[in-house]
Amino acid sequence: MNATATLNPRRFRPGFWTGVFVVLFLAFCAVTVIRFTKGLGAVTHLSDRFPWGLWIGFDLLCGVGLAAGAFTLTAVVQLFNLKKFEPIVRPTILTGFLGYSFVIVALLLDLGQPWRIWHAIVYWNPHSVMFEVAWCVMLYTTVLAVEFAPVVFERFGFHAPARLIHRLIIPLVIIGVILSTLHQSSLGTLYLIVPSKLHPLWYSPMLPLHFYISAIGAGIGMVILESYLSGRAFHRHLEMNLLEPLARGMVVALGIYGLMRIQAIHRNHAFGSILSFSYEGNMFLLEFTLGVILPVVLMSFRRLRSDPNWLVGGAFLAVLGFVMNRLNVSITGMEAASGTRYIPSAMEIIVSVGLVATGMAVFAFAVRNFSIFPDGPVSQSQEREEGA
Amino acid sequence: MGMGLLIDSTRCIGCGACSSACKEQNKLPEKVEEVLTAYTWTVVQPKEGLNVRRFCMHCEVPTCASVCPVAALTKTPEGPVVYDAERCMGCRYCMMACPFEIPKYQWDRPVPVMGKCILCADRVKEGKLTACTEACPVDATTFGKKEDLIWEARTRIRSKPGAYLDHIYGLTEAGGTSVMMISSVPFDKLGLKTNLPADPPAMRTWQVLSNIPDFVGVWAVFLYGVHWITARREDVAKAEKHNHGRGDRS
Repeated sequence: MNATATLNPRRFRPGFWTGVFVVLFLAFCAVTVIRFTKGLGAVTHLSDRFPWGLWIGFDLLCGVGLAAGAFTLTAVVQLFNLKKFEPIVRPTILTGFLGYSFVIVALLLDLGQPWRIWHAIVYWNPHSVMFEVAWCVMLYTTVLAVEFAPVVFERFGFHAPARLIHRLIIPLVIIGVILSTLHQSSLGTLYLIVPSKLHPLWYSPMLPLHFYISAIGAGIGMVILESYLSGRAFHRHLEMNLLEPLARGMVVALGIYGLMRIQAIHRNHAFGSILSFSYEGNMFLLEFTLGVILPVVLMSFRRLRSDPNWLVGGAFLAVLGFVMNRLNVSITGMEAASGTRYIPSAMEIIVSVGLVATGMAVFAFAVRNFSIFPDGPVSQSQEREEGA
Repeated sequence: MGMGLLIDSTRCIGCGACSSACKEQNKLPEKVEEVLTAYTWTVVQPKEGLNVRRFCMHCEVPTCASVCPVAALTKTPEGPVVYDAERCMGCRYCMMACPFEIPKYQWDRPVPVMGKCILCADRVKEGKLTACTEACPVDATTFGKKEDLIWEARTRIRSKPGAYLDHIYGLTEAGGTSVMMISSVPFDKLGLKTNLPADPPAMRTWQVLSNIPDFVGVWAVFLYGVHWITARREDVAKAEKHNHGRGDRS
């Protein structure tokens, strides 16, 4: 990988965003201390009526889902052999790994007794979807770590292990795709068991497939978004020749997903609750128009896809729609049956935001210190240095 | 079929002796709360002029036992659905999934566990009555073999026309439960769920999970097949280009 290089670590200067991150991180630590000394009730708005809240709905469901870009792109490059996408595989694997780490940290906070997390390895219950989820998290985090390891090995000059992983890349990618397929869908399967609780606008026997396909769509959206964000932060140009065809893939995934959702609502005879503009109906309309219809329509036009601003807008909508869907399934759709309203507490939000911020900080650190992105940025900065 | 309880809400006088006896039997804090909590496993709620006992229904195919990732919840052959607090890691999927909304959590403790009625599993195993049955002064709670209880419930409904609804709650709800209830008022008005499917919810996830081993095999072969074809195509393209180049030169 001579074509890739790192940004110079000396260029790091603490600025406004570093300050924001430090504040958020300290708040996160404070909440953690209260959580483990006073119990879950002291920091969350969870209750016997509403036992799963923001940490499951956002941190777990969205953290896993938005990491879907990793398995999608590794499959596209290694299995479908579309090698031109190779330059953007590394950032997606890094995002996937960070996404899964984020999920694990959130789980450690959300579980009542996280020090018993290893029980899932020892005491088996193959009838439990949560058991499948636990194993997928463990195994796929390991796969992502191995897939990312060559970047670290190269950085420190250990070429032998990097070569070994490179030789095993095809089975590794296949295992990764299988685990992701199981895991993304299993998060939907989690909700199959509550037919009497989840609102018919979201409940469907096809929930596992809904979750899987929407994760592919949103995963691609995340790839585009992070290319844009890191482009802004590190003054890189956007790889439009790669991102434009990715947006086409996103349109296909979201299109299939949107159609399946409409079919499911039709089968549940739930169109009435949209037309009656109930709380659930309005939340659905917001989610579906902003997060599915709009990005599919916009990204269907080549002219808009090829314009960086529209492209990033479309990707943002897809990711936003995905997050709204997961929150609607886990919170909005469950409220009516629980007979209560759940609004996350400030401390729950601090944890989620703090985790996102930590993820972004680690991503930025990795981009500065390892060869994550293709050579674009460095040649620019080198030029500048040479010119100076 | 194991043992179970029949609750006759037309007989219950709402004295709360069952709740107190439960507290003593299970060494729970003395105060009886108004709703079910991790510390109060059975309550009596006045509804529509009746007194309704609420506690774990002890499903025949328990949703909670199906969803628990560490198998901390199990159905014993005698009927009770019991809980091993030492295994529980606190994911609270049982609370989320239970169609009757029974499992409750110790939100106020740094080392929390779940709490729910365990149908006095140890006593039942020894052939004794549950503590609540023993405490009930008016026989509103009857303990017995489940088939006998169904017979008893049908007899009561038939022998006093008009005094009961012709429905035994728990016979088919969520696949059937070890605890059953009869009443003179529709069950939804008593705060019980009446939209539950007759098939156990656990079947819906098992239909997916049981197919995973087959799926993994097929998906692995498919994915490798895709790689095999695309890699081969690339090799062929390279070889053709190579031959072509030589052909031009000659």
